[in-house]
Amino acid sequence: MEKTTLFDKIWDSHVVKSVPAGPDVFFIDKHFIHEVTSPVAFLNLEKRGIGVKNPNRTVATPDHNVPTVDQDQTIKDKLSRMQVERLRENCAKYRIELHDLGSAHHGIVHVIGPELGITQPGMTIVCGDSHTSTHGAFGAIAFGIGTSEVEMVLATQCIMQSKAKKMRISVNGTLGPGVTSKDIILYIISKISAAGATGYFVEYAGSAIQSLSMEARMTICNMSIEMGARGGLIAPDETTFNYLKGKQYAPKGADWDKAVAYWKTLKTDDGAVFDKELVFEASDIEPMITYGTNPGMGIKVTENIPTTEGMEGSNKTSYLKSLEYMGFAPGEPVKGKLVDYVFVGSCTNGRIEDIRSVAQFVKGHQKAANITAWIVPGSREVEKMAHEEGLVKILEEAGFELRQPGCSACLAMNDDKIPSGKYAVSTSNRNFEGRQGPGARTMLASPLTVAAVAITGRITDPREVFQN
Amino acid sequence: MAYDKFTILRSTAVPLPTENVDTDQIIPARFLKATEREGFGDNLFRDWRYDVEGNPKKDFVLNDPTYSGKILVAGKNFGSGSSREHAVWAIYDYGFRCVVSSFFADIFKNNCLNIGVLPVTVSAEFANKLFAAIQSDPSTEIEVNLPEQKIKLLSTGEFESFDINEYKKDNMTNGFDDIDYLLNMSSEIDAFAASN
Repeated sequence: MEKTTLFDKIWDSHVVKSVPAGPDVFFIDKHFIHEVTSPVAFLNLEKRGIGVKNPNRTVATPDHNVPTVDQDQTIKDKLSRMQVERLRENCAKYRIELHDLGSAHHGIVHVIGPELGITQPGMTIVCGDSHTSTHGAFGAIAFGIGTSEVEMVLATQCIMQSKAKKMRISVNGTLGPGVTSKDIILYIISKISAAGATGYFVEYAGSAIQSLSMEARMTICNMSIEMGARGGLIAPDETTFNYLKGKQYAPKGADWDKAVAYWKTLKTDDGAVFDKELVFEASDIEPMITYGTNPGMGIKVTENIPTTEGMEGSNKTSYLKSLEYMGFAPGEPVKGKLVDYVFVGSCTNGRIEDIRSVAQFVKGHQKAANITAWIVPGSREVEKMAHEEGLVKILEEAGFELRQPGCSACLAMNDDKIPSGKYAVSTSNRNFEGRQGPGARTMLASPLTVAAVAITGRITDPREVFQN
Repeated sequence: MAYDKFTILRSTAVPLPTENVDTDQIIPARFLKATEREGFGDNLFRDWRYDVEGNPKKDFVLNDPTYSGKILVAGKNFGSGSSREHAVWAIYDYGFRCVVSSFFADIFKNNCLNIGVLPVTVSAEFANKLFAAIQSDPSTEIEVNLPEQKIKLLSTGEFESFDINEYKKDNMTNGFDDIDYLLNMSSEIDAFAASN
């Protein structure tokens, strides 16, 4: 029998038809929608006079533009309010399950999908959001789509997609203390660049990946798009099954046993061929931080910003433009630089484990006077657990401000904006110019590094704070 | 929805050689709050184009009256980041019908094809030729011929062929979109769903 990869197995079983010299008609099992990228899709359905084909395959939540304070009140910003209201109207009209603001399972779409057990191995999952790759952590093919494709899925439950090339990235060995899955992915992106996996779907493998929790795996798959990959996935295993067991939408009873038996077949065959293979050693990875304006511009916290040696033309111009925006000079260290804000949250690192690790780290400490510290849970469920576990108390005593769930300062569509020129060390996924507010300077790092920065007020190696 | 047909486009071009232009630069998130598709062109490259008071920044290419046209020639890794189709809506609404780069981000490229903006991938050498030609003479015209899959610098006659799959090419030259295709195979999709 032909040796195939995990990606092949899931992809090939969802192809309705291959168009000659064209893309595949690709069947979608689950579709997540939110308030920002869906309204035009619904509007176009109306213009065409057609409805939603399978409302039970779509799940909605407002997350991108929602305020993170006073969620029980009417949204003040008129345009945001209109988008959220439009989502409510569309969900009511087409009978789509909506986890609305204030409801028990409201949250960032990529946090609530897994949390509810909607995300399962072997599925094809799309959403009008590039971080849909998060769901790949369960051994699903999950990727972001544009609004035209949102419309296609609503109308037909399919999209037209060409199959991506296959890449396997293996990380072997054991991570050192203070090194997290966020550091793994920032390290990989720094090695292969923000465009290094464009055109590929990535399978993450190796002992360092296998040893990670589901939440840590989600952080890695989440940032696949930041190296240009269509998505990333990890073969499901006992860690995956244990996470899903008992979740609201996970199969129950005999269905569960049947599902697990199928899920166990979802792995890359020995000898299957990838278009590209990369191998990294966990022991080479240290706490990482970005210094520029794309996620590929990352270094170890202890390293200096690269010089322009060997760069020329538009490459050099773009690099210097990026550093100028950040207020940094080539060759200088990042460690010790003063920071103004820290942000813990987003679909990358807004899950309960992330909040636990920050709370554990800052317990008994105070944030530095120069730091404004925001912590935004990824969902109502995360918020509830953080309260129940006493984490909120620890964080508030340390001077952190806890806000309500949403995408928040990751993309600053709501009021959670970092002021122009200020430095934010953030657990989110993008350090693009203006991403966290016009003129904001973002440095991406792990929750542990962010916690260390909050306490010292400067770019800090979390391992040093550990020792103290 | 069905879009404009694209066959042969002959136009001057606007050069933007900056690399890694992400979709947050093309259209910042705070301008994504519309519930309709029109009007995004005003905020195309908003934070590069205008200062905080809303005054045009003189050094940005879209504010330089020297350059105009329906073709945007962009630097390597154009359109990375978010899947927001709004980025392409903004490009279209501003008046561009074709974006040329030596490297496109994946989702952005798909989004272009889905609304009828042609993404043309050229070699780095040809991109550099285009930048040099446009910058030395902004009235330089470029011809993008989709049926023949060729992009030509009209001043010198230099050209390069580009890739596009037959299906998408057929869609673009006829102004069809994917939904038309998918709606026509509704029964096949139903049969597939029933057997899985």
